[in-house]
Parts: sequence; C-alpha cells; structure tokens
Amino acid sequence: MPPARMRGDGRKAKDPKKTLLRLLSYMKKHIPVLCLVLVCIFMATYAQTTGSAALGVLVDDFILPMVATGEADYGPLAAYLVRIACIFGAGIVCAWLYNFLMVGVSQSTQRRIRNELFTKMQKLPLRYFDSNKAGNIMSRYTSDIDTLNQMLGQSIPQCASSIITLVVVLVRLIITSPILTCVMIITVTSVVFVTKTLAGRSMKYFIGQQKSLGAVNGYIEEMINGQKVVKVFNHEEKCKVQFDELNQKLCENAYTAGKYSNIMGPINNNLGYVQYAVLAIVGGTLAVTSGGEILTLGNLMTFMLLSRTFNMPISQISNQINAIVMALAGAERIFDLMDQQPEEDDGKVTLVNIEKDENGAISEVEHHTGHWGWRLQGDDGSISYRELKGDITLKNVDFSYVPNKTVLNDVSLWAHPGQKIAFVGATGAGKTTITNLLNRFYDIEKGSITYDGIEIKDICKSDLRQSLGMVLQETHLFTGTVMDNIRYGKLDASDEECIEAAKLANAHDFITRLPEGYDTMLTGNGASLSQGQRQLIAIARAAVADPPAMILDEATSSIDTRTEALVQKGMDALMHGRTTFVIAHRLSTVRNADCIMVLSDGRIIERGNHNELIEQKGTYYKLYTGAFELE
Amino acid sequence: MIKRLARCVREYKWAAILSPLTMIGEVSMEVTIPLIMADLYDYGIVLQDMKMVVTKSILLVICAIASLSFGCASAVFASKAGTGFAKNLRHDMYHHIQSYSFSNIDKFSTPSIVTRLTSDVARLQMAFQMTIRMFVRTPMMLILSLIMAMRISVRLSMVYCVVIPILATLLIILGPQVFKIFDRVFKTYDKLNRVVQENVHGVRVVKAFVREEKETEKFTDVSASIYKDFTKAEKILALNNPIMQGCVYVCMIAISWFGAHMVMASGNNPELGLSTGQLSSMFTYTTQILTTLMGLSMVFVMLIMSRAPMRRCYEILTEEPDLLSPENAVQEVPDGSITFENVGFSYSKNAKRPALTDVNLHIPAGATVGILGSTGSSKSTLVQLIPRLYDVTDGTLKVGGIDVREYDLNVLRDNVAMVLQKNELFSGTIRENLRWGNEHATDEEIIHACTLACADEFVRSFPDGYDTHIEQGGTNVSGGQKQRLCIARALLKKPKILILDDSTSAVDTRTDSLIRKAFREEIPGTTKLIIAQRISSVQEADIILIMDDGRIVASGNHDELMKTSTIYQEVYYSQQKGVEQ
Repeated sequence: MPPARMRGDGRKAKDPKKTLLRLLSYMKKHIPVLCLVLVCIFMATYAQTTGSAALGVLVDDFILPMVATGEADYGPLAAYLVRIACIFGAGIVCAWLYNFLMVGVSQSTQRRIRNELFTKMQKLPLRYFDSNKAGNIMSRYTSDIDTLNQMLGQSIPQCASSIITLVVVLVRLIITSPILTCVMIITVTSVVFVTKTLAGRSMKYFIGQQKSLGAVNGYIEEMINGQKVVKVFNHEEKCKVQFDELNQKLCENAYTAGKYSNIMGPINNNLGYVQYAVLAIVGGTLAVTSGGEILTLGNLMTFMLLSRTFNMPISQISNQINAIVMALAGAERIFDLMDQQPEEDDGKVTLVNIEKDENGAISEVEHHTGHWGWRLQGDDGSISYRELKGDITLKNVDFSYVPNKTVLNDVSLWAHPGQKIAFVGATGAGKTTITNLLNRFYDIEKGSITYDGIEIKDICKSDLRQSLGMVLQETHLFTGTVMDNIRYGKLDASDEECIEAAKLANAHDFITRLPEGYDTMLTGNGASLSQGQRQLIAIARAAVADPPAMILDEATSSIDTRTEALVQKGMDALMHGRTTFVIAHRLSTVRNADCIMVLSDGRIIERGNHNELIEQKGTYYKLYTGAFELE
Repeated sequence: MIKRLARCVREYKWAAILSPLTMIGEVSMEVTIPLIMADLYDYGIVLQDMKMVVTKSILLVICAIASLSFGCASAVFASKAGTGFAKNLRHDMYHHIQSYSFSNIDKFSTPSIVTRLTSDVARLQMAFQMTIRMFVRTPMMLILSLIMAMRISVRLSMVYCVVIPILATLLIILGPQVFKIFDRVFKTYDKLNRVVQENVHGVRVVKAFVREEKETEKFTDVSASIYKDFTKAEKILALNNPIMQGCVYVCMIAISWFGAHMVMASGNNPELGLSTGQLSSMFTYTTQILTTLMGLSMVFVMLIMSRAPMRRCYEILTEEPDLLSPENAVQEVPDGSITFENVGFSYSKNAKRPALTDVNLHIPAGATVGILGSTGSSKSTLVQLIPRLYDVTDGTLKVGGIDVREYDLNVLRDNVAMVLQKNELFSGTIRENLRWGNEHATDEEIIHACTLACADEFVRSFPDGYDTHIEQGGTNVSGGQKQRLCIARALLKKPKILILDDSTSAVDTRTDSLIRKAFREEIPGTTKLIIAQRISSVQEADIILIMDDGRIVASGNHDELMKTSTIYQEVYYSQQKGVEQ
C-alpha cells in the first residue's frame, strides 16, 4: 500500500455541487457497473451487520433456551449457522466484487480525465501558458489528480458503504430497541460534535503546516540551485542559520498539525467505549426494571454490539467528506483548465508540397519537393493554388498583451521573398512580439499581416506554423536521445537527414564526441550540455524540418562568434531564397541582413541595410560604435 | 544505514520512547475493556444486578478515559518525535551538503538533491512516525488480545491457531506483489510528470513545430501504463478486505458453534466455564486480533517501501566531501599571482578525454588576463581550479606562490572572487544580495562597488533603489542588470583575484568597456581573469589566452596574437569586419 501522502493544500471548492456532478458525468458509461457496485456494497454491508447481530440471535434464540431447558439439541443451531455462513460467503464475494469493480471504474475515469486534460491543454493558446506559472499547471497533474484518485478509489465507495451501514444498523437498532436508539443518538451527536470541533482546528493547523512546508521546500530549491554561488561566496554558514530557522518553524507547525490529526483516532475510539458504558447503564436499568418486557437480555446484547458498529461509519463519513471536499477543489482546478478557451483556428488555407511544370502551372504532390504552395478554397468550394514565396507584410499592426499597455504601435514592414530581415532593439522593444504575431502565438488587435497576400488568420494555424521554422532564445530539449531531439523537427526524417542537419548546424562535431554520439540520452533539458551546444541542437532541429521560412530569435546568443559564423554559413545556404527573420543582440549576427529594423518602444524607428543605417548615423550607428546602450 | 538515520532522533529520543510506552498503556486498556464489558454483561445484566452494572460501567468509563489519555499522549509524542526526526534529518542533510564540493554536487545533480531533501524526507517522516506507533501497537495488541482470549478459553482460542497462519500467509504473498507494482507505478508517475513538465516549459517549441499530437501520444502512452499498473495493483489490494473479513467470519462461526457447546456445558455460569458475556468478548477479540494482523502487514509494506528514500537520504549524509581545508592551513594569501605547473584535469576518472591537459602558465599579480576559446574548450574549467572549486588531477596550481591545496578554503575563496557563468541572485533586496560579498559592507562600499560595475545608475532608477526586492532567480531584472549586480557582489569581497566567467555577455559593449576601465583604474592591484566571447572585452588585456580542446594553444597580447594566432585572427575578423568597412 502506498504511503498516505499529504493531500491538497486545504483549499475548498467554490461550487462543490456543480463540480461533483460534472465529475460524476465522467462515470456515466459505467452506470450499469456502478449499480452492481451499489448492490454489492449493500450485500456486503448487510452481511457485516448480520455478523454483529448474530451473537444476539445466538444467545437469545439458541443458547439461553437450551441452557434454560437443559436439552442439548444442536440441530437448529447448526442450521442457523449454515444460513449465516451463506450470508457471510455472499458478503465476502460482494465485498471483493465491488472493490474489484470500483478499481476499474475509478482508474479508467481518471485516465479519461488525465488524457482529456492533456489533450485540451495542447489546444490552449500561448497566452494561457504565459500568464500561468508552470508549477501551477503541473500541480493539476500531480496533486490534483492525486486527490481525485483518492476520492474516486476510496472516499466515494467508503462513503457509500458507510451510509448503507449506517442505515442498515440504524434500522436494526430501532427494531431492537427504539428507546435505546434515542439515547444513543444523543450520545453519538455529542461525539460527532467533539470530533468536528477537533477536525476544524486540525484543518487550520494543517494549512499552517503546508505553508511552512512550502517555505522550507522553496528555500531548499532556491538555495540548492544556487549552491555553487553559495560556495563561491563562502556563504555556507549563513545558509545553515537561515535554513535552521525555517526548519524549526516547520517542525513546530507540523507538530501541532500532526498532534491534532493523530489524537482523532484515540478520541473516536474511546468515546465509543464511554457511549457503551452509558448504554449499558441505561439499557441495563431498562432490562432489569422491566424484567425483559421492554428489552430482553439478548436484545440488549445485540444492541450493545451493534452500537459499536454505529460509531465507525460516522467517523468514517466525516473523514471522507473532508477528503472529498478537498478533492473537489482539485477537480475544480482541473475542470477550470479544461474550460479555458482553446486557440481559435478558422483558417482554411493549407500548406502543400507543389510541383511546377514548364508553364508555371502548379500541381499538388505528396512528396517533399522543396517547393511549397498554399491551397485555397473558395466560397463555392473551388480549389486554387498559390505558390509560397515568403512575401510577408505587416500593415499598421497594433498589439498589447495586457489591455491598454501597448507593445506594438502602428508597425508596418515588408519582407520580400528570400530576404533576411533583422530586428534590433532593447529588451521590451517588441522584437519577439513581432515573431509571436507572425506564427499566431498571439493575434493582432489592429492592422493586418499577410503571407503571400493571404491574411494569416485565414491560414490553418498548424500549416502556418509549419511554414515558419523557429529557433528560440531559450532552448528546450526533450528527454530522449540527441537523434530523437533533432528528429522532433521532422518526425519521419531518416538518421542520415538528421546527421546532415546536425552538420549544417555545426553540431555534428561535438555530438560525435559525446559518450554515445547521437544515441546519447539527454535529460533535464539537456543539462549535461553547455548552453551553446543546446542551441546548436535546436538549430539542427529546425534545419531538419526544412521550412520555407524561418524565425531565429537570439538563436546563436550563447555560441561563440567563430562557431556562429560557421553556423550562419550553413543556415544561409539552407535558407537561400527563403525568407528569414533574425533577432539578435549581437550586431555581428545581423550585419549581413537585407533589411535591419531598429525597434524602440514598439515602433520601428530606423530601417535599411547595414551600410544605409551606418550612413544615417542614427540609433543603429550609435549602437554599432558602442556609443549607445542596449539593455 | 538505519543506525545513522536513527541518530537524527537526538533530543526527541524521549518522545520517541514515550510514544510507544504510552501506546502500551493504551493497548492494555483496549484489551482490558472487552473483559470489563463481559463482566458488565455476565455479572450485571444477566444476574440483573444493577449495582454491578453501575460499578462496572464506571470502571469502563475510567478505563476508557485512561485509554484516551494514553492514546492522546502517544499521539502527541509520536507527532513530536516524527516532526523532530524530520527536522533533524533535514538539518543534518542540509548542513552536510554545505560541505560538498562542486564535484559532490555534480555527482548527485541539483534536482536530485532537492528531491532527497524534500519528498524523501517527508516519506521518511511518515514511515518513522508510523513505525514508532504501529510497530509497538500491533504486536502488543496481537499478543495481549491473544492472552486475553486464552484466559477466557484456551480451547476456543485454538480457532485462531488455524486462522492466523492462513491470513498471515495470504498477506505475506500479496504484500510484496503489490509493493512491486506500486514501485513501478511511482516511476511511471515520474515519467508522466516529466512529459507534462517538458511540454509546459517547451510549449513554444511544441507549437512552433506543430507537435501537439505527438505530445498527446507520448502522454497517453504513459497514462495508459499508469492505468495498467495501477489497476493491477489495486485489484490485488481489493482482495485484502474480503480475505480479512472471511477470516473474521470463519472465526465467528467456529466460535459460535463451539462456544454454544461450552456455554451449555457450563450452564452459562462464568464461574464454571464459558458464559454468554465471555462469548461476546471472544467476538471482540477476534476482530481485534485479525485487524491487528492486517495493520502489521501494512507496517511491513511501509517499511519496505521506505527503503529507497532511506538509502537516498543516507547517501547524502555519508557522501565524503572531497575538498577539505588541510590541517595547519595557510591563513593568508600573499598576493594575486597565479601559477599553473603541468596542470591536467578530468571531471571523472572514467572520462575518455581530460578536460584540461598540460597547462603551464604564470600570471603576475595585478595582471589582466583575457581568455578566448570556442564552446566546450574548457575555459570555465581552467578558472574554476583557481578558487579550488575542483582539485587538479595532475600538476600543481599555485596562488601567491603557495599550492592552493595548502590554503584554508574560506581564506582562499575570500581572496578569489568569481562570477560564475550561471550566476544567481537570490530572493531578497538588492542590498541583501550584494552583502553576500561582504556582510558588513557599509552603504558607501555597496554604492562604490555598484558604481564600478556600472550598476549604481540603474539601481537608483528603481523606485525602491537598493531596497528593490529581487524575485527568486532574479527574474525581475534584465540579464545585463543581473550580470552587473553579480559583478558588484564579487567586488565587495575586495578580492586579490577576480574571475569573470563570461559575465558581461548580456551587457552592451559601451558599458562593458566602462566596467573594464573602472577595473583598470580602481582596482589595479587585483589580478583579473576575464572569459569572454567578445573580442573587445579582452583586447586590452595584458595576456590573452586562446584555448582549444582543453589546451592553451596561444597566448600573448593583442598585437602578438594578431600576428601569430590564426584562431585569434578569425575571431577578430568575424567580429570586426563591419566596423572597418
């Protein structure tokens, strides 16, 4: 059995009812099974209470009469025992069956939710990822699904079983003795009140504990990540002191929280005994004074035994309800992610491989030709083709990430087919934003962006993105071999194609020097490689995709200039005749661009090629001569 | 291993001992209570003796209260011991990690250390707390219940002799199987987390390459294997309850049958033999004994499962820091000269190619040294040897004419300031971050250091100036600002040697040259080593080293290298072409 982990953070769902219903709707197709489960739970519970009642029957109906008469006739007793043995047998089978069935139901429901969550997440716009912390998104898959697992697999079946037990026992209790039942309900209520108060307090401390646990774990993460800096500055002793403080606080909070949750068990248990004593006195008095008329001895005995099975389900229900409420808060967060608006994509224009005959007529082909075209569908269903040339135009584009905080202001630019366009400007000038708009990571607010004369919002998003290769400043590699990572650019690329791309990106050399060459496993975003090496792999990955146009966003920032020159030569050969956008801090990277745009505060303030801009003696000139600061 | 971990109990030893002790109290009360209940029934209710009923009831309540107090005490002690143990374990691990060298850290990897300090410790805390409570409770309960049952009737207790071994065998067979599957499930869970994490962090790559479907496929594969394993494990677990119930039922029927005979024989007189009240107690003991057995099996599974985190924490605690200050260490660095004599270095013994080979070099105090080289040419490795972040594998490295291995580590590192390539700022104010360099730095000193590093100006432009709060990882300042703050932090140490490992890459050329000018004019006595990619950053250095593949392939000043080194010329022209046009 897995250790019970600390679940959730103590937050409660906003609309538990709605969330619960939605959760249950996932189990719709399991309704027949669930009905069977319910029947089984009922049977198992019935057998259990029969077990508790059996003693009373045994004593009242068999043993005492036999003792009284002195005649030892075991026949009826044997028959009775066989009968309850059958009930027990059925109970065991049912108990197993419902546990067994619930495993299937809860696991497949979870799997469905998990898969749906991920599939939905893949469709979310970049805005969602940019505005939510990665850790928060991650916790949906870890702690939230974890609490859900607990709830579906244990809390709900146990709750059902407890409720049924409660009802069955209560009915039996009333049958056995209505008066004693009344007495018992009073005592039970007080027990529940005590535990409830304690549970509330325990919850408060639990939240406190989670907070200081978060503080300690956060400290550990930050400091261990910066451990090398700690060492360089001889800061070890100070870290120890700070850590000890947080650690001590966690210890205190965890102690209080643990104290309250630990004493719940003994309290529940022993209050049950006290209740037993109360019942014994009241019941005993009744039985003795009435001479067995209101209450027989056997009945009293049965009642006493049954009363012990009554408290257990009550404390179980109160525990499980707590767990369910917490799980619902998790479920709500999961559904919240699922309900996010997915990326809009109304584009109909698709990207195809084309072949041109001598007359310039375009025909669509399946295989890769090195030529691409747009497949346009008219309103009447007619299909036409247009060659992909890489003519990209931005006209009077306005954009802001947050309303009223303009990032781009009236930006217009033209990239003629085959040109290399460079963006230069300070951090926050809007360079990366332009590239975000080109491949529709974000949508523009005003103006228009056209690609070969087609509005980009009319182009199917995936096709648009496939037509624009991207290498980003921050390199992300996936767990897998170097070869797998390069192949990410083109899933059906052969090993030779990948190696070819690596050579182009000047990565082949260092890859062959890795312990396993192209089969070297990369983990943790390629932690074993230097930043420059990771960038080279990312460039190879983009190169193998062989896209008709490309965006390089600080793609070579961590590569030394000598290697960069080699990479650039390779990339220029690959992108010859294709449109390329380059963003770079280093001016040597953009020098040979056909057109350089200097951006400042979301506007293009200068444009022209290197020589023109130098002659203008404007901002670019100042940057180039080092007289001006880029930040 | 367990011995070392158990040492973490320390001042909580008493709580750790008292918890099981009080638990014994609770358990003995719990097993006495059914006896009282039997008496209450037999002598009180059956004989219709109300006085007896009341006395026994009061006794029962007293026992219940005693049991309650013991139980609560045990719970509180267990919580005290458990959280205390975790605190000490974390403390020991964290403190020990502070003595790790860079290669110790590299060996474990940062994320692994973080996991060990957080989730592994949490699991051990759970296991520890459960052990001190359950490990005493369950066997005690088992034994005492058995004794009590036997006191009532040895003959009836024989039933347990049959049932207990059967239940025990079944549990022993099932437990490890479930454990194995769960172990696998946890690993698959890690995989799932990894897939999601890489997806979320690399969402731009996924979207740019239109790989949503491939990612979904990757995810559903892992999800399916979790489903498969989990279902398998839980289905085995689903057997647990029915098996246990079955055993209880078998006992009940057997006890009913034989019990009825025995009550008949005694005429329901507890003095002569078995009574109905005692029969009812036998029922209670049956449940107690069997549930206890079940609990015991859980404790064992739990212990098996905590073996892995135990081993991982133990590894952290017993890792030998491989860099220590020598005895009678030298306490003062005479000057900032650096000498490499035939230095060689490999990161691990099994490395195919050494990271550094045959480095010979003398740097006089106060010199400025520029280091150039392509990605992976071991520039960083070379400078990291100077503050003894790693030890040389061959040859000797001297600072101020003394082998670095003879210095006290703190003294050496206080005199050799280094700005790492992957530099970090910590959450806290700018001032607090800068004081890492010198705890007692006055405001004037801080401002002076920042002025040298060209950081003063932008810091003052922040609304809160030097009290501006830096987010974790320094995410709220730009790359160039972060680098300048890191340089200022290093300057505050007033070091004899200052090493900048590609520390101005995000700073523009003009500021870069201002910083270098400040170095030249304000700290002429400090030996400066600058690793850079921009040739302008090293052009004016006294010595420029060109590194390739772990060797120094050329050295000299700018003019010399322009004549002798083709690599230097290439780099120069790749960066300067435009300016000369």
